[in-house]
Amino acid sequence: MLPQFSYVRPETLKDTVKHLNVPGAAAHAGGTDLIGCLRDGIMQVNKVVSLNALPDLHGIRETADGGLLIGAMTTITEVSESPLVRRKYPGLAQGASEVAGPQLRNQGTIGGNLCQKPRCWYYRGEFNCLRKGGDNCYALDGEHLFHAIFGHDRICVITHPSDTAPPLVALGAKVRIIGPEGKRTIPVANLHVSPADNVRAETVRKQGEVITHIELPRPPENLRSSYRKVRARRSWDFALAGVALALEMDGDRVNKSRVVLSGAAPVPWRSQPVENAISNRRLNAETIEKAARAVVEGADPLPGNMYKLDLFKGLIEEELYTVSRELR
Amino acid sequence: MRTIGAGAVSASLTGAAMVAESKPGPPEKILDATDTVKLKLNINGVNYAVLVEPRWTLLFVLREAIGLTGTKEGCGRGECGACTVLIDDIPRYACMTLAVEAEGRRITTIEGLMTGEELGPVQKAFLEEDAFQCGYCTPGQVMAVEGLLRKTPEPSMDEIRTGVSGNLCRCGAYHHIFRAARKAAIRKTR
Ligand SMILES: Cc1cc2nc3c(=O)[nH]c(=O)nc-3n(C[C@H](O)[C@H](O)[C@H](O)COP(=O)(O)OP(=O)(O)OC[C@H]3O[C@@H](n4cnc5c(N)ncnc54)[C@H](O)[C@@H]3O)c2cc1C
Ligand code: SF4
Ligand code: FES
Ligand code: FES
Repeated sequence: MLPQFSYVRPETLKDTVKHLNVPGAAAHAGGTDLIGCLRDGIMQVNKVVSLNALPDLHGIRETADGGLLIGAMTTITEVSESPLVRRKYPGLAQGASEVAGPQLRNQGTIGGNLCQKPRCWYYRGEFNCLRKGGDNCYALDGEHLFHAIFGHDRICVITHPSDTAPPLVALGAKVRIIGPEGKRTIPVANLHVSPADNVRAETVRKQGEVITHIELPRPPENLRSSYRKVRARRSWDFALAGVALALEMDGDRVNKSRVVLSGAAPVPWRSQPVENAISNRRLNAETIEKAARAVVEGADPLPGNMYKLDLFKGLIEEELYTVSRELR
Repeated sequence: MRTIGAGAVSASLTGAAMVAESKPGPPEKILDATDTVKLKLNINGVNYAVLVEPRWTLLFVLREAIGLTGTKEGCGRGECGACTVLIDDIPRYACMTLAVEAEGRRITTIEGLMTGEELGPVQKAFLEEDAFQCGYCTPGQVMAVEGLLRKTPEPSMDEIRTGVSGNLCRCGAYHHIFRAARKAAIRKTR
């Protein structure tokens, strides 16, 4: 049985913000993460605010400038199957299709996917770890097979669990947020929080703030986007390693690139070293080899997850060879 | 399928399937934590009025308040699929759905696939293909296949595999389940 909470289902964003703007209130989108967190006592919630009666947060439409606007309540299934998304941003469609299993994709939303809580087994279990308000990170000296190799500063070593955030960051997407102080729009790249900045928060959202939409800019000419996820089993599982690519190609030359890793760091991890290795270069064997070596630059693996170094090298190599094969 | 490191990977996308638009839900509601409120649920075409607490899941209400025990609880945390039901024809986990969130939707459970005492086509195919051993996962598997076929009447083998990939079977009856799904698809479209 879940702990007790009150439940509200407002019909306007104004009421939603008002209801959410008190300590202990949490938004309910698809509920696939929230219900699990309530069951495991990870979040102390005394009011659940359902976003399900809000009229304007569903669906995907093309914007006047050729980009896309995706309502935060659009399901992961809709994102993965949308002909518009598949045509313009295949990387996002692939990311969405790799989330969980079909039932959870039918129920889970893109807004909830960006705001989900981490999957560290100490955090989800009965440990009062640093992120949950305690004093220690148990994973650092404990079991950290699936944990981060970048960006953790040895403070908290979660990997960000989202499969849609890496392609969204690679594609330069933004989120529209509404809250008690009005509206703001920020890049998805600035939505998530590093442990060094605040180990108790996953996103920069303040109390009362709701994500309403995700904006995708008009895809540049010759954009080639993809998302590849490596996991321990084929049916639902979180990423051991993954990579979202957004490459602007000119023949076999990469003009510009954005490369974002999943399963790597507490936030979707932009790999500048790989970008530097491939941008303004022809995508040949030499470039690909350099990029594969570059991906582990600056990594700080733990004793139990050294294997991720080779995994990421192999992943980058395979993905870039896939791109170069398509060019022939 | 391509293989790397710890496992097999493929960024497979199911075919150009129809996209079911999610619609905004039922009207405004405000419930106190200790309230039990009357909720109207449409289950298998029948309207039920039940007293629920905000924290009750649809799974709990189906089994404990209404007595429809065909839907099973396995993990209770979105990891096994035993509790799969259809909501507006789309497969979802009843253990991860608050009952209050299902208001105004069409809920279909395994009991709703029967016509009187007669099994539905998917249930029959599971029986004929021996698609279970202990049977605990079976109602969820059947509902996942039913949902798949309502959206994709002629699924490929890949689509069948993906369609039931959110349903675990500890007995490992997977191959028989895939066969049953294919048989049901053929029978339903005939
Ligand atoms: C078994 C299992 C496997 C999973 N596998 C994967 C996976 O492989 N990849 C992956 O990416 N995810 C996975 N998930 C995580 C998750 O359930 C999904 O990512 C889903 O998209 C979350 O969306 P939701 O709408 O259900 O979120 P909810 O559970 O409704 O919300 C999640 C959190 O975000 C907040 N929130 C939701 N919407 C908004 C909004 N619009 N504005 C502000 N805050 C909001 C909520 O308050 C809550 O804290 C898995 C979950 C389970 C249970
Ligand atoms: S990795 Fe983070 S969530 Fe996991 S035990 Fe350490 S502090 Fe807690
Ligand atoms: S009981 Fe719902 S998924 Fe296991
Ligand atoms: S038949 Fe026993 S769990 Fe599937």
